[in-house]
Amino acid sequence: MKRKVIIIGSGPAGLTAAIYLARANLNPIVFEGTQPGGQLTITTDVENYPGFPDGIMGPDMMDNFRKQAQRFGAECLYETVDKVDLSTRPFTISSNNHEYSAESIIISTGASAKLLGLKSESDLMGNGVSACATCDGFFFKNKKVLVVGGGDSAMEEATFLTKFASEVKIVHRRDEFRASKIMVERVLSNPKIKVMYNSSIEEIVGNLKNGVTSAIIKDTKTGVIKEETCDGIFMAIGHTPNTKLFNGLVKLDEAGYIITKPDSTYTSLDGVFACGDVQDHTYRQAVTAAGSGCMAAIDAERWLEK
Amino acid sequence: MSENVHEFTDQNFNNDVEQSELPVLIDFWATWCGPCKAIAPMIEEIAEEFNGKVKVGKVDVDKNQDTAMKFGVRSIPTLLVIKNGEVVNQIVGAVPKSNITNVLNEVI
Repeated sequence: MKRKVIIIGSGPAGLTAAIYLARANLNPIVFEGTQPGGQLTITTDVENYPGFPDGIMGPDMMDNFRKQAQRFGAECLYETVDKVDLSTRPFTISSNNHEYSAESIIISTGASAKLLGLKSESDLMGNGVSACATCDGFFFKNKKVLVVGGGDSAMEEATFLTKFASEVKIVHRRDEFRASKIMVERVLSNPKIKVMYNSSIEEIVGNLKNGVTSAIIKDTKTGVIKEETCDGIFMAIGHTPNTKLFNGLVKLDEAGYIITKPDSTYTSLDGVFACGDVQDHTYRQAVTAAGSGCMAAIDAERWLEK
Repeated sequence: MSENVHEFTDQNFNNDVEQSELPVLIDFWATWCGPCKAIAPMIEEIAEEFNGKVKVGKVDVDKNQDTAMKFGVRSIPTLLVIKNGEVVNQIVGAVPKSNITNVLNEVI
């Protein structure tokens, strides 16, 4: 199957690009990946996207984005790209043993939750270790949980988890949060939430049958190690860009983000554009992702006309 | 929901799943779970493709907490494959369709 433009990723950036390209009659294909709709599908209320004075649920918003793109002819495939060949034009994209060719590509693969990298963490993922409070909080009714991190997503997850858990402890490496003021205030005024500053998780204890039973926590100032009993651990320690597919094909910065030319979505490779969180470690908002998705669509459209 | 996708509950689980002659794919989900919604169309596709070979059904964890607890489900979506009453595979989180069909092809 051949297209003028193929979009990889289905968050606000990818779907906004799809809306613009579909309206320009370019019939884009959108590869949705394993998380159609992107990171917003694992949030609850989105309160800062303009146009929704009463807020909107993240999954509902992304459903609307998709419908809007499909209305103009974008084709959304629930498939994950496993290989791209950018060495010759048209580019080749492989997914699930099918090949697609495209004159141009828009990369909007976003970012995924970062993990600590402990073996016990991956062993117990889905069995008490989670990177999605909105998905898994329900299973921790009247239980004790830890939230690891100090940014906005840690604050949001901790606040959300108090709906279910009897006690929420935030484990944070530093002595203050980098989250926004309003989020920190919500956390500190919540009687169910306690904070462990200067603390890092060294090991997670548990087994597949009983799930997580405790965490080994180190005081980063004194080095003192203690065991904290808990039933669940939620990771909110930031994000890492999903650029594994493109490593060595387009220029990435040292953190793995795609480098785009200033004031544009052009990558180091002609005909390949990037938008959204995959190229943005500064703003990382739904509205900035959507904005850069629009830029990528316009950049790609003009490039195709050349 | 497609007619090929069954609804499993705490009440019918033993009869419809554990006593099933066909292998069973169970999708633990809830109305508030975004990723569950995202994979729902794929589960329906699988139900159609494996019709007659694998029984496919869903467990709403809100309404069927006993079943969710029994299998230690602590994260959704969780997919379980049960054959002759035994869990033979567990997939946690949204994964590409081929991961699931590969697992099913091994048990049929």
